[in-house]
Amino acid sequence: MEKKLTTPLAAEDIADLRVGDIVYLDGMLATCRDISHRRRVLKHEKPDFELAGMAIFHAGPIVQQCGDGGWRMVSIGPTTRMRMEKYQAEFIALTGVKLIIGKGGMGEKTAAACREHKTVHAVFPGGCAVVAAEAVEEITSVEWLDQGMPEAFWVCRVKGFGPLIISIDTEGNNLFENNKQLFHTRQAQVMPAIMEKVHFMK
Amino acid sequence: MIEFLGLTGRVLPDDVRQRLTELRAEEESPLALAVYDSMFKNLQRAEALNRPCCQDTGLIQFFVQAGTGFPLINELEGILVSAVREATDRVPLRHNAVEIFAEVNTACNAGERAPWIEWEIVPDSSELVLYSYMAGGGCSLPGHAKVLMPSAGYEAVVEFVFDTIVNMGINACPPLLVGVGIGTCVSSAAKLSKKALLRPVGSHHPHPRGAMMEAELKDGLNAVGLGPQGLGGAASVMGVNIETAARHPSSMGVGVSVGCWAHRRGCIRIREDLSYELISHRGQESRLSDGDDAKRRTGSARGTEEPSWKRS
Repeated sequence: MEKKLTTPLAAEDIADLRVGDIVYLDGMLATCRDISHRRRVLKHEKPDFELAGMAIFHAGPIVQQCGDGGWRMVSIGPTTRMRMEKYQAEFIALTGVKLIIGKGGMGEKTAAACREHKTVHAVFPGGCAVVAAEAVEEITSVEWLDQGMPEAFWVCRVKGFGPLIISIDTEGNNLFENNKQLFHTRQAQVMPAIMEKVHFMK
Repeated sequence: MIEFLGLTGRVLPDDVRQRLTELRAEEESPLALAVYDSMFKNLQRAEALNRPCCQDTGLIQFFVQAGTGFPLINELEGILVSAVREATDRVPLRHNAVEIFAEVNTACNAGERAPWIEWEIVPDSSELVLYSYMAGGGCSLPGHAKVLMPSAGYEAVVEFVFDTIVNMGINACPPLLVGVGIGTCVSSAAKLSKKALLRPVGSHHPHPRGAMMEAELKDGLNAVGLGPQGLGGAASVMGVNIETAARHPSSMGVGVSVGCWAHRRGCIRIREDLSYELISHRGQESRLSDGDDAKRRTGSARGTEEPSWKRS
């Protein structure tokens, strides 16, 4: 199922999404990485941009400043979101964010928070940073620029941003946790035969 | 050198593009195919718009094979550092150098021992073979090395590679290139694992057992089926490259380094007269110059092999 989402998102807009669905986003998203998560959760600082019903992107972009003082998105793609696992559940509870975009999986704590607060997690394909940048219509503001370019809180208006593959849904189903079990099962099936072929020690 | 960094940041090396094309053709999962479509569209747009294909342009690493007679050998380190600084604004590159302890991003990609430079001296040569690698955060994260008891055998190497890739690989943007180093200690094994990543996809270890182990690990990891982005699919890796060094009788160090699908490796040969040849990106020399120094280029097709690492 392919679907278009538009911010602000209400719980019912995303309630029917299931892991493996592909969606595209119109509206507002903010980049939010390690330091911004710590700043919000541990130091209780709030950015001016209101995150309730909006999307965050675990991403550190390349931006260029234009002659008029504005910013241009050059290249933006997802970062490894497991680094944010420690803070994500509390971040969801504090902000009311509805869509969290990154790459790779997140853990049980985050999946539980998604179920409780009706939030979804999605994967944007890693390394596809120009496709993502072209979907950014405008950088509307930047906050916490003291954290450096990758870690700053960049607020963007996007159109047709995707593909976003749902990886945790509002029931707490977790695509990557399911895959992880499958991958370990397969490892146990194939590895012994290879080990039999490398008895090189005398 | 600035143009070289720009090119290698937006166009993948020939061998990587070829393998990705093959893997896409073998894929059947709709989710995996959707990701491959995005990957190839992204590469096309990066070229069209002249932008880095991935936002993480890495901590820049250089691996230098310098002839003792190369005319710019004294200036080379300074040239590489200033090229990285200038490329940061001109390409542009993301600001990816954070000073240890101060925890400050230098905003120019240069810093303490950054860019990272490793040297090999080649006697009786007047040319330079330079490898560049954009070491992204995501694909650096799974990196792992440890020292095994020799009694654990090569079986333990197999297990170590599987555990590293199956546990950590999905975050490193599969399909991956897996570099394995085997030597005495963590430092030699880790260093060799990175050198293994600089070898072309599809190249083989010179020892038949090494080549067999590369093929077995590749097929075995692909049977796990991580798929692009770890979403599941027909393959996990583009390949497995093993580099080795003789070990101490009492220890066996093993290291694993991982390259993402956007494996931004560059390799250029610069001759004594400063004419050059792009080894990783065949026939694309004209994209490194704006016309004024076109005479520097050579049209010759000689030297079609990537040089191998010194083994003695």
